[in-house]
Amino acid sequence: MKAHWQILVVDDEEVMCESLAAWLREDGYGVDTAASGREALEKAQKKDYAIYFVDLKMPGGMDGIETMMQIRRLHPEASIIIITAYATVDTAITAMKEGAQEYIVKPCNPEEISLLVSRIVKVKNLQRENTILRKKLTRQYSVHDVISKNGKMQDVLRLASDVASLRSTVLIQGESGTGKELIARSLHNAGERAAKPFVAVSCAALTETLLESELFGYEKGAFTGAAQQRRGKFETADGGTIFLDEIGDISAKLQVDLLRVLQDRSFYRVGGSEEVKVDVRVVAATHVNLQLAVAEGKFREDLYYRLNVIQIRIPPLRERREDIPLLADHFLERLSHELGKDIGGISQGALKILMDYHWPGNVRELENAVERAMVTCRGPNLTEEDFSFLQQNSAAGKTWAVPAGMTMNEMEKLLITATLQRTGGNIKESASIMGIDRSTLYEKIKKYEIPR
Amino acid sequence: MRYLYVGGTPETDRQALTAIRGRVETDLGVAVREVELPDVEFAFDAGRGQYASIPVLEMLNRLCPVDALKLLAVTERDLFIPVLTFVFGQAQLGGRAGVVSLARLRQEFYGLERDDAVLLERAHKEVLHETGHLFGLVHCAERRCAMSLATSVRQIDLKDAALCAPCSARLRRYPRES
Repeated sequence: MKAHWQILVVDDEEVMCESLAAWLREDGYGVDTAASGREALEKAQKKDYAIYFVDLKMPGGMDGIETMMQIRRLHPEASIIIITAYATVDTAITAMKEGAQEYIVKPCNPEEISLLVSRIVKVKNLQRENTILRKKLTRQYSVHDVISKNGKMQDVLRLASDVASLRSTVLIQGESGTGKELIARSLHNAGERAAKPFVAVSCAALTETLLESELFGYEKGAFTGAAQQRRGKFETADGGTIFLDEIGDISAKLQVDLLRVLQDRSFYRVGGSEEVKVDVRVVAATHVNLQLAVAEGKFREDLYYRLNVIQIRIPPLRERREDIPLLADHFLERLSHELGKDIGGISQGALKILMDYHWPGNVRELENAVERAMVTCRGPNLTEEDFSFLQQNSAAGKTWAVPAGMTMNEMEKLLITATLQRTGGNIKESASIMGIDRSTLYEKIKKYEIPR
Repeated sequence: MRYLYVGGTPETDRQALTAIRGRVETDLGVAVREVELPDVEFAFDAGRGQYASIPVLEMLNRLCPVDALKLLAVTERDLFIPVLTFVFGQAQLGGRAGVVSLARLRQEFYGLERDDAVLLERAHKEVLHETGHLFGLVHCAERRCAMSLATSVRQIDLKDAALCAPCSARLRRYPRES
């Protein structure tokens, strides 16, 4: 996991810079060098270094202390080690006061420098692990957690930031695996409702009656088994946000109920006669074209317009291929910690495979592909060989002929049946291959009455 | 056919060099050839009383034979890089030239009685280590592996004179004809 920690060595003496950089590279770190404080700042603006080795005495009006102070303004969390050939107590105290983590006198013992770096990296690994775990625990994602340099995605993120503090309903459209829930959570966390609950409901996972009681709650005795009153998701989300995923799959009756909630901000629990008032922001998401569903009479037009106050369309991964290397690196880094595997990077050949693949399952499929490659990888980097399964998928796609003459539903049923047969009925694996949620798969199995 | 060249500077113990060469050939499975190298007096730093390893590597790059896959020098001179008090050796990561110093591998350096067997064992490990760097290997977290970082002879003595399985696998994948 060392290669993920980047180090910048700053020294005006080239030989000093290069020799320390070479020594650290042998230890497996990614190392860059800078010949002046200004060059160091330029590099620090472009790249996030974990550790800086900064020489105290540098010409050009910007010495080591000044360089360190400027770096700390840019990256307060970075560890800075001041190096000097002239050790005095005063300079050591100044360096430490201004935020240097360590102070070393050159030439120093190899053991000293090695221990110093490994100690800092150990702490940084723990800090990073802690951040990941906390995020996982609280799922406090923000728009900054969305990785993209694509123009369309940047527009999405800007729009999400702009509308975060509003109460308006948002409709997120995007294919499976594009990160609709991540955007919904970012919206919630960036707004004034962040301290209140965020409640996610997968509308496709439940039958009509179950979804109704799940959303609106029920009164004691409302149906067999309703032994006591239960609050629904709308009540749980009071003051916060409710995220209704796969909204295009809800029944005609629920469409009416939902329309009432959006209009009046009130509803009745199942079996109840008392009106319940809530203050909930609704964020809905769908992978189907709701406008088309309206035209076909499958989705209420009035509900569509109520939901579609602000529309966010997340582009599929194949429309933002420049994000593939960024996302792959991000997954590699995160999974290195989770899987405990020290994989340095992704080879150019492997990256070409990732760039050429069509990614029907989008970012989720890319994440799964990186994980699968890491699990089977036996070398220091992920290579073409580790992603050969993607080429097989592509090859299979190329020789396959489109069965024109059948309906979309018939084709979907065929695909699900074939995938389930291939995985021996494994729901998790099948859902992953098709790039859909397990809940969506269960719903479709039920819908098409596919035997398992 | 390309070779791993191993050469000693004039003052280097020839017996130790020949023994090292034989061991490396067996360990790495590459054809090894010996080469005579000039002295490294030009790299002497009077202020430190040691030899700068970077100019030595530059010299080795210039002397690298055309059929050389890599060139590794062995010297009796005590080496340093400017930021460190000493180095046991240095190699260009994934590059062509590397050097190992026998100075601090000798028992005599620490005021102990000369022991050629100990010297040979340590030199074998360090040659493997620096050659590993030449083949793109970085330091290994497995303490027994020859690619683990050693900053003292005690740590060298705790290592095996062999690469661990993952490092060996990485070495095998390195293109031998490039």
